[in-house]
Amino acid sequence: MLRLNDKFAAAIRAHGVETYPHECCGAILGRDAGASREVVGLVPLANRRDDSPRNRFEITADDVRLAEKKARELGCDLVGWYHSHPDAPARPSEFDREHAWPWYSYIIASIEKAEPRAMNSWRLVDDRSHYDAEPIEIIG
Amino acid sequence: MPIKILIPTPLRAYTNKLDTVEVKAATVGDAITVLTSQFSELRKHLYNDEGRLRSFVNVYLNDEDIRFLKKDQTEVSDGDTISIVPSIAGGR
Repeated sequence: MLRLNDKFAAAIRAHGVETYPHECCGAILGRDAGASREVVGLVPLANRRDDSPRNRFEITADDVRLAEKKARELGCDLVGWYHSHPDAPARPSEFDREHAWPWYSYIIASIEKAEPRAMNSWRLVDDRSHYDAEPIEIIG
Repeated sequence: MPIKILIPTPLRAYTNKLDTVEVKAATVGDAITVLTSQFSELRKHLYNDEGRLRSFVNVYLNDEDIRFLKKDQTEVSDGDTISIVPSIAGGR
């Protein structure tokens, strides 16, 4: 279960609308309690994938280290990543699966014709074969 | 004095929750090999089916990306720290 404040949910959708038709991306900061984790902050990041930003995103290792530093400063964990799928469903692609690690929460926000649609969170299973849906609880 | 390898949070499930593993090795490549021999479940998250480091897995020696040094042949010294840092990629 991923507990997500409604303002963070709105911020992810707004980021996806802002960068449409390109993919947006960012880091999710939170506190992990095993069965559930709570989002306590977001770090919007630049999509470094200049050659194909409509259907790909990349967060460089330097940006990952920056997000890790931010989490340390706030006394929380870097618990995952978000990105948008412009004009595509909010589910992970095969390309997503090949570039993921277990444990992280991967939030995907679907943006259709510049309008926010479904938003889901996913966790890669240990054997890397597929993702499991991670329920999102929106909190006020 | 051995070399420290910092384990990123997502991979600590495969190192008995250790955030740091100390190994003795001559190169970065050796150090990662020792690590994955000790914790074999780590292998599939660091290496692809062809046995190459996954494209999104980056290795730093102290603060230097080893791609700008001698890659896995980069020599290590006592007291060095190796970090494993992912770059995050994906898309529809």
